[in-house]
Amino acid sequence: MPALWLLCIVLAIAVIGFFLGRARAMASAQGDARHLHSLPGYYGYNTALTVLVPALGVMIAWLILQPMLIQNAVSDAIPGTAYADTGALNLIMSDVRRVADGLDLAIAQGAMTPDAATALSTETTNIRETLAQVGVALGSDVEPYVLSAAQDYRRLNGIGHLAMTVIVLALAIGGFAFAYLRTNKDFRARNVVEKGVLAMLIFAASIAIMTTIGIVLSLVFNTVEFFKLYPWTEFFFGLTWAPSFGGGSELGIIPLFWGTFYISIIALAVAVPVGLFAAIYLSEYATPAVRAFAKPMLEVLAGIPTIVYGLFALLTVGPALVTVFGPDATGWMGGSRAVITAGLVMGIMLIPFVSSLSDDIINSVPQAMRDGSLGLGATKSETIKQVVMPAALPGIVGAILLAASRAIGETMIVVLGAGAAARLSMNPFEAMTTVTAKIVSQLTGDADFASPEALVAFALGMTLFVITLGLNVFALWIVRKYREQYE
Amino acid sequence: MYDAPASEQKVTQNETKIAARNVQVFYGSTHAIKDVNVEIEDKTVTAFIGPSGCGKSTFLRCLNRMNDTIDICRVEGDILLDGEDIYDARVDPVQLRAKVGMVFQKPNPFPKSIYDNIAYGPRIHGLAKNKADLDDIVEKSLRRGAIWDEVKDRLHAPGTGLSGGQQQRLCIARAVATEPEVLLMDEPCSALDPIATGQVEELIDELRENYSVVIVTHSMQQAARVSQKTAFFHLGNLVEYGETGQIFTNPVDPRTESYITGRIG
Repeated sequence: MPALWLLCIVLAIAVIGFFLGRARAMASAQGDARHLHSLPGYYGYNTALTVLVPALGVMIAWLILQPMLIQNAVSDAIPGTAYADTGALNLIMSDVRRVADGLDLAIAQGAMTPDAATALSTETTNIRETLAQVGVALGSDVEPYVLSAAQDYRRLNGIGHLAMTVIVLALAIGGFAFAYLRTNKDFRARNVVEKGVLAMLIFAASIAIMTTIGIVLSLVFNTVEFFKLYPWTEFFFGLTWAPSFGGGSELGIIPLFWGTFYISIIALAVAVPVGLFAAIYLSEYATPAVRAFAKPMLEVLAGIPTIVYGLFALLTVGPALVTVFGPDATGWMGGSRAVITAGLVMGIMLIPFVSSLSDDIINSVPQAMRDGSLGLGATKSETIKQVVMPAALPGIVGAILLAASRAIGETMIVVLGAGAAARLSMNPFEAMTTVTAKIVSQLTGDADFASPEALVAFALGMTLFVITLGLNVFALWIVRKYREQYE
Repeated sequence: MYDAPASEQKVTQNETKIAARNVQVFYGSTHAIKDVNVEIEDKTVTAFIGPSGCGKSTFLRCLNRMNDTIDICRVEGDILLDGEDIYDARVDPVQLRAKVGMVFQKPNPFPKSIYDNIAYGPRIHGLAKNKADLDDIVEKSLRRGAIWDEVKDRLHAPGTGLSGGQQQRLCIARAVATEPEVLLMDEPCSALDPIATGQVEELIDELRENYSVVIVTHSMQQAARVSQKTAFFHLGNLVEYGETGQIFTNPVDPRTESYITGRIG
């Protein structure tokens, strides 16, 4: 029975359980809902959840675990002489699966009876041709051990599916019986259902947390792997970034960090004043009509995909800068890809971050502060400079740090706007590159995944992660400290 | 109801500081203040009493043009400070507010040190020639605010760290530091406990030596204790204005009598 059918049956049992459970509860209260402990619907939900949760939980776990277990069992049957390493074994196993799937398909299309499929032998039939007739193309003739492994695979899969169907159905029906028999007018169905909902919420929260932990762990393991192959002192203190896939690479992080840092500084130098002044205008001076129009317009900037900003850098800002600073003019700039191009465009991208967060923070400064200052004969501008801004400053610093961590993590604008040369230079008109851009280029080649040239991407990612995490924690700490100030 | 203050005996006729003529205030289409005429005297404490929403705070905020910060608010009629119309186009509201200081309902010290809170106004208006001068102004203002002894050892601690009563006296000291001629107080004691209220009331009585003080209050006892003149507002109208003693003992208007005896409000 296919898994989809099984799912439908379990759902049907749950729906039926809902109505039967509710009906039984009503019956036990002689049809008067006021005698029930909970509203009638809760008894129905209790029955439905008792059917669904264990049955579907087991089904999902089974569907994930079965292929792994069968794979292990079958690969044991393949003779050790047939393959040299795990890569070759994986290739053989994918052949095994193709043959097994092909046989299933042949049976489904009626080209072969199930018995004939089990009795197949490489000596009597050309399996490659037989399977080609049903549309499954194999790369080579089928070896006897592949066929036997495929037969094993089919047999175990069949057993597994049957067992899963039986167990899931048994759980569904058992759950139904358990909940149905428990249902009477004094049963506290509401409390049980609410516990079930709580469990669901906890489950959802733990998925998010577990994923984060998983990502960090995969970074950590691969980073450790990298440092086994490459000395950490040279990684952290090396002044040259020159990966060569033939070996003998120099993988110093400092040029990349310098690029990241330089571009981020230029971006912040653009975004912070513009964003902050925009926020001050919008929150303190703009009329409600202007504000209602301008604030969403500014926030549209935040919705533009960064690749579009990248194109903007590549096609508009870069060439425009070249006409001003290029070889025909001052001669400072060689090509349109430069630190200043990427920095300017990234700064534009960050404006809405800074302005939107600062605007909220400025608005949260109590009106009483402004009144107090205006009441002493200060002008609006003096009030903003001397009372509102100092009160909002910690929050604004938090906003700027959040923008900085965005700038550090930005990739597309750098790839398109800043070039790919890892370089240590003070000249903003030169091409440079950043940590994120190099992570992309190290992993998108066809390098061996176990080589230091590929693994270095994880070490770069880990370093970047630690830095942005540190910035974010610092920003949140500052924002929280600010919040405590008035109450 | 009327506990006669010692200050009552000293009532003398002072010259008019602020004169309001036919003042109307509108919030959008709401007519909040209707045709108010009042003459506020110099070196006198004038109390505005009346039920909530009667317009006494609105009228108070007209006297230093704080209503300008509210977009939908519109003021008609004349308000004269020393004979000059404060709503005249030539008057800079910012300079007006330096002359007519204001203390708010809730203590609102700036998130700065106590010293900087007091020095804020003098710095903006350039009242101090040098640091020593500024130190003098700060000390003098804190003494006038009757809070010097409590804070003199921690002038550089944040003003937000003081207790509610101390914060309110700090705000009064801050308003005094700019050398205003009139001090407007919008329910200055409503957020304070009785002890702090007593301290602030004593302070108000001392401030009368130098300033014209206008205080909005919900407490009739407070109005009776601190003021020499009282104005009773009801539904946007100035119902009655006169000597505090006369208002509380022998009101002319039946609405005033009803209010101070607790029948309306």
